[in-house]
Amino acid sequence: MTSNNIEALRTRLAGGETTARATAEAALDAAERLNETLNAFLQIDREGALKRAVEIDAAASDKSDTEPPELSGIPIAIKDNICVRGLQTSCGSRILGGYHPPYTATVVERLQRAGAVIIGKTNCDEFAMGSSNENSAYGPVRNPWDTARVPGGSSGGSAAAVAAGIVPAALGSETGGSVRQPAALCGIVGLKPTYGRFSRYGLVAFASSLDNIGVFGQTVKDVAAVTRVIAGRDPRDSTSADVSVPDYVAELAHGVKGARIGVPRSLFGEGLDEGVRESVEAAIETYRELGAEIVDVELPHAKYCIAVYYIIATAEASSNLARFDGVRYGFRAEEANTLREMYRRTRDEGFGPEVKRRIMLGTYVLSSGYYEAYYRRAQQVRSLIRRDFHQAFERCDVIATPTTPTPPFLIGEKVDDPLAMYLNDIYTCTANLAGIPGIAIPSGLSADGLPIGLQLMGPHWSEAALLRLAHAYEQARPLNARPRVHAFA
Amino acid sequence: MPITESDIEKIAQLAHLEITDEERRAFTPQIAEIVAYVEQLNELDTSSIEASTGGLTPEGERTHATREDVVQPSLGQELALEQAPDAASGHFRVPKVLS
Repeated sequence: MTSNNIEALRTRLAGGETTARATAEAALDAAERLNETLNAFLQIDREGALKRAVEIDAAASDKSDTEPPELSGIPIAIKDNICVRGLQTSCGSRILGGYHPPYTATVVERLQRAGAVIIGKTNCDEFAMGSSNENSAYGPVRNPWDTARVPGGSSGGSAAAVAAGIVPAALGSETGGSVRQPAALCGIVGLKPTYGRFSRYGLVAFASSLDNIGVFGQTVKDVAAVTRVIAGRDPRDSTSADVSVPDYVAELAHGVKGARIGVPRSLFGEGLDEGVRESVEAAIETYRELGAEIVDVELPHAKYCIAVYYIIATAEASSNLARFDGVRYGFRAEEANTLREMYRRTRDEGFGPEVKRRIMLGTYVLSSGYYEAYYRRAQQVRSLIRRDFHQAFERCDVIATPTTPTPPFLIGEKVDDPLAMYLNDIYTCTANLAGIPGIAIPSGLSADGLPIGLQLMGPHWSEAALLRLAHAYEQARPLNARPRVHAFA
Repeated sequence: MPITESDIEKIAQLAHLEITDEERRAFTPQIAEIVAYVEQLNELDTSSIEASTGGLTPEGERTHATREDVVQPSLGQELALEQAPDAASGHFRVPKVLS
């Protein structure tokens, strides 16, 4: 077997070369075998996945004359902050250790209805707070390209599982780049959709005005196929928008010709690794060769995005994470004599340092006397960032930037310097602040053989254009390399 | 105004976090550095700028998000209590509220 992307698997399943059961078994075996090295999974559901796969095989033989659902028999992994009934949802935190949610997220229900087989829950930074996956209470995930390095975060387990060929696709979540950044650092495709494109019912909330569910895939086509299944309005999430869902897969064929790609040159300077800059410049040149028009654009307030992001995200987190109090679910500290003492001890023992740091920062910026100076001002600058994009998209269809300032860094390298860690999100968090979609695709490898990601961002609801342009690049410049740690190695 | 260890202690209390002396010593310079960094926003004149209020797109804002006020099936007591650290007689049991 050389490839297990969705398209290849569907062909083999339809042709009777394999079964859903054999496909699930291969994924489960790889997940178990590679977990000692990668620590990508927090739970592997062998029993449940095989049961589901057997049902799918039975249904396919009963109705052999009808087309099976579009993800029939496809193994998929889910980040451990998205609820799946029957499985755990720890959010990478001790405070939710062993928690089993009583319901399933809408996006997962839609995957299951389309025939997908959920094989397990993936490791992540605690409550999705981090850019390296080192903030998980259950140990860091390792990058399949170099196990001394981080896979990115916060959805590092999902990214590593896809990069290592365990599953063709996985779901993650992102608040400031937690899908696109690990996708870039693991050499795969990651899509963050428009705010409101995917239902968030069943996603554990971090910062509600920024949170999105996102899709990882080995190929752009696979990301398009999963996106087509899960997108669209859900009455159970009032922030999901009633906007029609295009056929993202069919749209891929339309090519690049005539597309206007905006390049914000001012973001290609300080702090950007030279190898990343060269790789992304070469990718932009490829688009020109493919027939796109390259135009200069300005995003004058983008440089403030980390400051704005860490005020808004921590403020919203301090409020959202107030629900973890040891009363209704999850961990409770023992031997507390009063309710207040129980809250404080539960949260002290249950949360890790980064989560505490962010809850405190959020509490500070919202506290009496500081709200206007920090939170309100950040929301004003957020308006300016939105306006920058709005004006830039009058001149171009999509904007191209690096996804991350550097290739994957070493585990432990930035762990004692929160601010340096935050700067990883400098190219990605603007999209969350503006509510626009973005996609990370591999642009190439560094001189050391580490993945580098190109990012495309577009106006609200432009996922089809992002996928189409990403697909064109992937066809022109396929990443003909595979990580050292891989299911087929 | 630089953030001090006593500020951090006060914030931790507001957030219902019981932090150790060691955590307080570690967090103080880290949070002070982040606050100093975010204060770069002060260089912008935002007096005439309307504050964003959320993440919604114009299409999201137009989406009809209400439903008829009719009773629908819900989680139910048994399922709601299933994951509680301490449940008794259909309730969540907690330590003494008044001390």
